This record gives sequence, structure tokens and C-alpha cells, in this order.
Amino acid sequence: MEERKTPAVESTAESELPLDRQVRLMSPTRMVVRRFFRSKLSLVGLAMVVGLFLFSFVGPLLYTQWGEIQLDESGKTEYAVSETTYTVDGVEYTVRQTTEKSLKDNFLAPPSAEHILGTDNEGYDIFVRLMYGGRISLTVSFIAVFVITVLGVLLGGVAGYFGGWVDNLIMRVCDVLICLPGVPILLIISTLLDASDIDAKYRIYLLMIYLTLFSWPGTARLVRGQILSLREQEYMVAAEAMGYSTSRKIFKHLVPNVMPQLIVQMTLSLGSMILYEATLSYLNLGVKAPYAAWGTMINIISTNQDILQNHLNVWVPAGICIVIAVLGFNFVGDGLRDALDPKARR
Amino acid sequence: MAEEKIVAPVYDDEAEQAKFLEERRRQIEEDMKKPFDPEAILEVRHLRKAFPLKKTLTGKVTQELIAVDDVSFKLMPGETLGIVGESGCGKTTMGRAILKLHQPSGGQIIFNGEDITAYKSPQMREIRKQMQIIFQDPYSSLPPRSTVGGILSEPVEVHNIVPKDQVKAYVLDLMDKCGLRDYYYERYPHEFSGGQRQRICIARALSVNPKLVICDEPVSALDVSIQAQIINLLKDLQRSLNLTYIFISHDLSVVKFISDKIGIMYLGSMVEFGNKKEIFENPLHPYTQALFSAIPYPDPDVKMNRIVLNGDIPSPANPPKGCRFHTRCPHAKEICKHVVPTYKEYEDGHFAACHLLEEE
Repeated sequence: MEERKTPAVESTAESELPLDRQVRLMSPTRMVVRRFFRSKLSLVGLAMVVGLFLFSFVGPLLYTQWGEIQLDESGKTEYAVSETTYTVDGVEYTVRQTTEKSLKDNFLAPPSAEHILGTDNEGYDIFVRLMYGGRISLTVSFIAVFVITVLGVLLGGVAGYFGGWVDNLIMRVCDVLICLPGVPILLIISTLLDASDIDAKYRIYLLMIYLTLFSWPGTARLVRGQILSLREQEYMVAAEAMGYSTSRKIFKHLVPNVMPQLIVQMTLSLGSMILYEATLSYLNLGVKAPYAAWGTMINIISTNQDILQNHLNVWVPAGICIVIAVLGFNFVGDGLRDALDPKARR
Repeated sequence: MAEEKIVAPVYDDEAEQAKFLEERRRQIEEDMKKPFDPEAILEVRHLRKAFPLKKTLTGKVTQELIAVDDVSFKLMPGETLGIVGESGCGKTTMGRAILKLHQPSGGQIIFNGEDITAYKSPQMREIRKQMQIIFQDPYSSLPPRSTVGGILSEPVEVHNIVPKDQVKAYVLDLMDKCGLRDYYYERYPHEFSGGQRQRICIARALSVNPKLVICDEPVSALDVSIQAQIINLLKDLQRSLNLTYIFISHDLSVVKFISDKIGIMYLGSMVEFGNKKEIFENPLHPYTQALFSAIPYPDPDVKMNRIVLNGDIPSPANPPKGCRFHTRCPHAKEICKHVVPTYKEYEDGHFAACHLLEEE
């Protein structure tokens, strides 16, 4: 009995095995993977996401010419023309004088071999700052989604499994949190952070912590609803009849069945977290200069008309990065949702 | 039952009615204090299960649905008790209340000489090894994301039935006993048909070596030919493992085949209980008589003498006063409308609850 052989997958005509032994059906997980990779859109999404990750995290290791807060100090000559008009005996004389001014920083340089996407109005390399900005955006949104998921699963799971007053309490807290307006409170918190001495680098993390505290109700509601319906399934009654402990029932029987919906929810909220981060940085609430974030890089245009019109290389790439990230995560999320749908058999 | 002299009071008199109810409560309490039968594997006394329908803000229940009302019986080791009744009569709830999957609202469950009614979940976990359940729907009662091997070895590991290194051999042996091929071990439930799934459910229930198995309509979701296989499997397993079954079904022919004792339920209460032979040859309760007259006989020339009941089974949330069956009973009299009949022994081991019998 012990040394039982796995059924033969590649059956031959002379095999003596019964027909049902020759056929192996796929496990649910393999089926999902297959369905996911069959969809072109999800592959495109996956490529976008993976590409951005490589760009942000591996990129700076390979492209070391410029650092995130390293100014191009190669200098730049600025010419200024001054005109002076004299009137001598009714005749007008105009004297034009050109002054040559040497500046320390090489700002607003056009794309070149040295600066792939040029430099911004301070003299930072845009291409490099895009990579570092991506690091912040992706890290922050991953941390936020992780925290949201943990909070949502714990609180939603407890509410759904135990029900009663626990459920009531948690769900009312959810309702209250959903009612609170996000941006005004963010403005207040940002002002508070400005007043206190907090390193510009960590501001965004603090703001995202606040965001997660306000975003878990969505996940909690999803998990609760799912657990409410799963709890009534007969196999959960069977698990109870088997005398399994509560933690085994929750973590071995309920959570694996909530996972599909949860994964979809997580990928979709990754996209929205990136947007949130960009919005915050754009509103100058998030990452502050000299550190780079995609939102901060776009923020330049709000104070400088000239860049908006004449230096597209400064702010458009950051916008494209945001679009790629959000689209990529949404494509992956949609692909996963279709792949995990149990009704789509095949 | 203790005092058979309790005569029906007049319905209109509230005070008398209250006194009657008080008397009844006292009698039930007295019954529950009696010593347990040492031979019986399962003894159920005045089991009651009510679900709250409406609650006030303070949590006081204002309306409830009495799914199981005052059910009592005794079961000896190795016996099979068939529970028959229409859908919605509380058969399943009773089965689950005995396993304490629903906490009973009243009464006593005595399993193997132990009163398990008040046991909390840690104590219950030990008892669960000895009493198991097979569900009606083999499709929803198996977790969709585990393999057959996983489903069957999990309870064995949790309850330490055999040492860890022998679990697989034990499970394969069990699968063999239940008519499952060894190479099903790595397959998922969705790859199987209903009959095979039910075999997996049976194997799972037996994996912890139970003494009592509650079969909650295990064959009603299956084809007739598969039904026969499953029932024969259950019978074989009973013989080899000395199991006690409570077999819940609405199919009289199945119950007749497998049972030693039969209990007939109507709207939450047991109306008749006795040995199979007794019940089939001499049904006492008018509901049982009507039920048996509906068994189809496979010969078109035989004239069926059916007792046709009018109307539907009343809602258990608002049951009729008096005898619960009086709205449909062909022999109902005035007293039936007002007074709940007592459930008592008429012949040796043959119980029934009916006013008509009381008069005779």
C-alpha cells in the first residue's frame, strides 16, 4: 500500500490500466494559472507590471550615472540682452548689450546622451528620478495594500465568523470610516506633519498609514460577505462535526476559499493606491523635494507655465509611468478575476 | 411516561391550561432526573430545538420557530433507527441537535452514558470522534479545494487515530473499504459523480472510528441504482464495524430496508416510534397510517387504498394548537384541537402520541 505509484499520465495503447486511471484532471490551481495565461490582456498587464518593477528596482543599480538627488553641476551659460535707449539731439540711439552669465547647474537640458530624458528645472536627471519615484510609488502602495488586506481579513473574518455583536460593532466602525471625507482630513494631517519635524522621506509613509486605516473597510466587507456565505456551506458544518478547532476551520477551510476574491481585490487596490500616492504628491502633501515621486515630478507644472508648454520631457514621462502602473495592475486584476471565476469551466 | 392520569383540561380556561402546562413541565423535569440506561448508546429525552424569529432590542425572543419539540427515544448499540417525515418536519434539525451542531434549547442527550447536552466545544471535540454525520448533499459537503486524500487524512491527523507515518496507509485502507480506488487519493471532489462523492463522505465520517453515525438523507440526492449501492455499502459497513445508525429519510422503502426501529415525525414532534415490524404491521397513529398508505406498490392491478390528507403541513412558526396533526387528521375530534396528546408507550417499545389511542 505504501509504495503506491502515481497514476501514469502518458498512457499507451498496451497499458492495462482502466480508462479513468489514465486520465488526470487538473488541480484547481493549475486550471486558474492556465486560464490566466490564456488571456492576452492579463499577459500585457503582467508585462507592464513586471517591466515597471525591473525599471524601478533594478534600473538604478544598472544606470548609475546619476543619483536621485544628484544635481548636474556641469554648468550652463545663460545669455541676457539688455537694451538702453539714449536720446541725443532728437536722435534715438539704442545700445544693445549682451551679458554672458555662467550658472552652476545644468537645468532644463533637452534629452541627450548624457541625460536620456533631460533634466528638470533644478538640474536633476529625469530618467533616474523616474526610477526612484517608481520605487516609492510601488513600495508605498504594496505596503498599504498589505496592511489593508491584513486588517480587512482579520476584522472582516472575525465579523463574519463570529457574527452577533462583534459583527455589528466592526461593521458600524466600517460605516463610520467610509463616511469620513478623505482629502480634507489628509490636508489637516499634512499640515500637522509640516509643523512637526519629520523627515521628508517618511512623510509619505505616515500619510499612507492614515490611508490604510481608512481603506480597510472595503476589504473587510468583502471578506465578511464571503465568509458569511461560506460559513453556511455544508462542508463547514462537516468540519464542525469533525471536531476541528476554530482556528483550523478559519485558516484551513475558510481563508483558502476567500483567497481568490482577495487576490483580485488586492491587485485592483494596488492600482488605486498608486493613484492615491500620485495625487498626494501632486498636491504637495506626499513626497517633498528633493526626493522624487511621480506625483511630485508632475507637480512642477503647477508653478511653471514654461515647463508645461515647452518642456514636455519634464513631466509627461511621469504621467505615462502612472498610467502604465495603474493599467497594468487593473489588467492583471481583471485577468485574475476571470481566471478564478469558478463558473468559467475550461 | 410518569403520570398518565393527566386529563385534558378545558381549552377555554386559561388557568387550567396554565396548570396543565406547569404539570407537564414538572413531569419533564422529573423524567430528566431518572438514571441513564447503561445499555443504550444514545438516549434522547424531551429534546427541543427552537430558533428565534423575532427579538426585541434587549434580546428577548418574542417569536420562535420550534423545529424539534419534545422528542424522546432510546437506541441500542448496533441498531439502525429510521426517522421518517415530510420535508420541514424537523428530521434534519433533530439529527444535528443530537450531534450538537445546533445547541438544543431543552431536553437531554445522553451518549454512551454521558450527558453531553451542556458540553462546550472542547469537551465536544472528544465526543465528535464517536458520533459522525453523513450529509444529504454530497456536492456541497466536501471542501472544493482539498484532494480526497487531504479530506480523509485531516480528521485522522487531528484526532490522532493512528501514528503519523501510518496515516496514508490507514486512509487507503479506508478508501478500499468504502469502494474507492486507491488512485483517487490525489483527486479533487469535483472530478467525481454523486455516488462516488457520497462514498467519500462516508469514508470521511468513518475515518475517526465513530460508534454512531447520523445519516441525514444520504441517498436522496442520488439515482435509484446508486442509492442501492450506497445503502448496501452502509449495511456492510455496519456489520463489519458494528455501527449504530440514525437514518433520516423521507423514502419509506429505503427506511424499511435498512432500519430496525422507526420513528415518525410530524411538525417537530415524534408521533410514533417502535420496532420496524410493529410499525409496519400495526401503525397506531393516523399520520403513520396515511403515510404508509402512500407507499407505491409496483403492480397496476392492485387497488391502492390511500388515505389522502388534505392541505399542507402547517408552518412550524405558527403550529396549530392542541395536537399538531389535527388540521389534517381524518379522525380529529374536539379534544385534539385544544390539548397536546401525551407521547406514551402503548405496546412494548411502541410509542405514539394520539388522543384516539388514549380513549381505547
